[in-house]
Amino acid sequence: MRKGLFYQFALLIVAVSMVLAGCGANNEPASSGTNAPQESSASGGSDNGEIKVGILHSQSGTMAISETSVIDAEMMAIEEINAAGGVLGKKIVPVLEDGASDWPTFAEKARKLISEDKVATVFGGWTSASRKAMLPVFEELNGLLWYPVQYEGLEASPNIFYTGATTNQQIVPSVTWLLENRGKKVYLLGSDYVFPRTANLIIKEQLKAEGGELAGEEYTPLGHTDYSTIISKIKAADPDIVYNTLNGDSNVAFFKQLKDAGITAEDMTTLSVSVAEEEIRGIGVDVLAGHLAAWNYYQTTDTPTNAKFVESYKAKYGADRVTADPIEAGYTAVYLWAAAVEKAGSTDVAAVKEAAKELEWDAPSGKVKIDGETQHIYKTVRIGEVQADGQFKELWNSGEAVKPDPFLKGYEWAASIQQ
Amino acid sequence: MQLTRITGNRLWILGAYLVAAAALFSAPLVFSDFRLNLLAKFLAFAIVALGLDLIWGYTGILSLGHGIFFGLGAYAMAMYLKLEASGGKLPDFMGWSGLKELPLFWMPFENFGAAVALGILIPALLALGLGYFTFRNRIRGVYFTILTQALVIITTTLLVGQQAFTGGTNGVTGYSTLLGYSLASPETKRVLYWVTVAVLIGIFILCRYLTGSRFGKVLRAIRDGENRVRFIGYNPAVYQMVIFTVSAAIAGIAGMLFVLHVGIISPSMLGIVPSIEMVLWVAIGGRGTLIGAALGAILMNWAKSEFSTAYPEGWLFFMGAMFVIAVVFLPKGVAGLFQWRGKDRKKWLPAWARGSGGKLRTGEKEGSVPQG
Repeated sequence: MRKGLFYQFALLIVAVSMVLAGCGANNEPASSGTNAPQESSASGGSDNGEIKVGILHSQSGTMAISETSVIDAEMMAIEEINAAGGVLGKKIVPVLEDGASDWPTFAEKARKLISEDKVATVFGGWTSASRKAMLPVFEELNGLLWYPVQYEGLEASPNIFYTGATTNQQIVPSVTWLLENRGKKVYLLGSDYVFPRTANLIIKEQLKAEGGELAGEEYTPLGHTDYSTIISKIKAADPDIVYNTLNGDSNVAFFKQLKDAGITAEDMTTLSVSVAEEEIRGIGVDVLAGHLAAWNYYQTTDTPTNAKFVESYKAKYGADRVTADPIEAGYTAVYLWAAAVEKAGSTDVAAVKEAAKELEWDAPSGKVKIDGETQHIYKTVRIGEVQADGQFKELWNSGEAVKPDPFLKGYEWAASIQQ
Repeated sequence: MQLTRITGNRLWILGAYLVAAAALFSAPLVFSDFRLNLLAKFLAFAIVALGLDLIWGYTGILSLGHGIFFGLGAYAMAMYLKLEASGGKLPDFMGWSGLKELPLFWMPFENFGAAVALGILIPALLALGLGYFTFRNRIRGVYFTILTQALVIITTTLLVGQQAFTGGTNGVTGYSTLLGYSLASPETKRVLYWVTVAVLIGIFILCRYLTGSRFGKVLRAIRDGENRVRFIGYNPAVYQMVIFTVSAAIAGIAGMLFVLHVGIISPSMLGIVPSIEMVLWVAIGGRGTLIGAALGAILMNWAKSEFSTAYPEGWLFFMGAMFVIAVVFLPKGVAGLFQWRGKDRKKWLPAWARGSGGKLRTGEKEGSVPQG
């Protein structure tokens, strides 16, 4: 039997027209081929009294639960700035895109925001994987990304501003503090991906240099929920400290099972670097009370800006919402960018980068300053203890904002890591 | 009379294909760099869909593991690009993970030719291995599909766990050049786009040839009644192994092109969800028609991209609705829409009730009597 040739023909015609119409949608004819990378950044997203900025976080998938709060903070900052007259007299218009917890999608959407929407800058990312995926796109198209989460360091892209902590603003000082105050035997527990692996590589070198002792090291896949074996191993190793770089749901399982095994915060110190106010709500105060965390900001941090920040955040999104370190860093990123644009008098990437050097701002976490060399920001390190109300009590802080050192150049023992 | 009409139609179809090819080749004239990049990615997906259609639409083997074959090809290309970008030094993620020197299995990927060859061979050999142990033992249907899913889990776990060797969840990214040409330059991108179009057309022709040949007839016969084929004296296992291997090799080629356009490969691209998505492209486009499969891949990914831009908060609901509508109202996919126009079809009946022709049958109904 002849296969219906007519329909094949019709189908082909539709196929071609769909492909062309589909991919050509929203496509201005003039922007073809000649669209050199320099142009996209030079035009800088400012037209008709508006400045477009991209917001690129995961709104679906496993990371959505963390990243949507950062979107809220960034949107709030944009609204506040607009209410106060905008930037350069222009209104900031956010363009939202969903990274969908999928790293290639982050790269695709970053490309779209820069080359199609011609945004002046992008606020986005949470996981290191998403940042690593976006980095080549921002460097290729000369865009500007503000990344709001603490991470493993060893990176300083000329097209990224890092408003979260690098290792010497969170991990390194917290290990020093633990060794001085809580004991020498350290057990490393983390999820199996780049941040915990790199963090622990650094911690192991630091332990050697500062007289600590490695009691054990374990990694579990992301989303792992059975910690009974590992807790037995921890019991056998009997460390003074468990340094916890687990991420997401695993924390719920680990802390619940730790409590079930009869180990409390009095028996053994745990310090987490990915457990903030929001995670406490998820894990439950009853199992977390007394455990430690290291961040640069807590909802309880006592600064004038923070009182106002917490108040507006709760007023806008609900009294039951909490603020946390990455939320504050996202909020700070928007203000720092706006200040840099005002200072530069333009949204041009090179001008903004130049203006951002050594720029200061009174963030909710305290005074922050952009380090011109690394494009990270000076941050105060804070170690906090979980209280019965789900908030942190600050046990120690670094006093002044610590200069970012993503490659740990200031630490002799880190020589093997810098490569 | 009959003969001339068919020849006339043939010419029309050939003409339409030529128009389609010309349109694809001239797309860079109309599209911005970003749109072209997207289209290039979709065309890479269309190549996987063609390969999947060969085994699912034509042979009745459902693989929910094509993400791995796609991913292995992609990793092969990514390893080459990463080594070239590292310029003789250790790739960055190996340094973070504590490796001091390049692992042995990375060595061949320093050579572009070797990387391309391995990007096709590794998926093909893996598929051949899996096929050898399953088809020969007459493992088929759901059991085979479950095995492919297991393979997906094994592969992604391995890739995530061996961070020092594979880049872990981050995957491999941060490339600079291909054979010395900057990947960032619009010229290189345009050339890569044309290469992708050429590969797509080449593979389309290969698939047409395969499905139109005697070999293709045997495949369809296996789909519609494997035991009958065996009784006639053919060995279905050999045919299944061959077509499964070809399909995996095609997925590997698509993966290599994907990396060149997207600039990153991570385990998330070869997990269970992408593997199932690939099957959905074929289902929605219309399995058993090559053009339908390719079109489905392009259409679905275009919709995903547009919906997620227009509704960043709720786009998944739209995608879900599309799947449901397609499954309920278009059992033969988008391509099936056009079959309703065929004059010898009982167009008032839904596709499953018409039952004639047997061309688009699933073949899972082992031993059922073809009516066509």
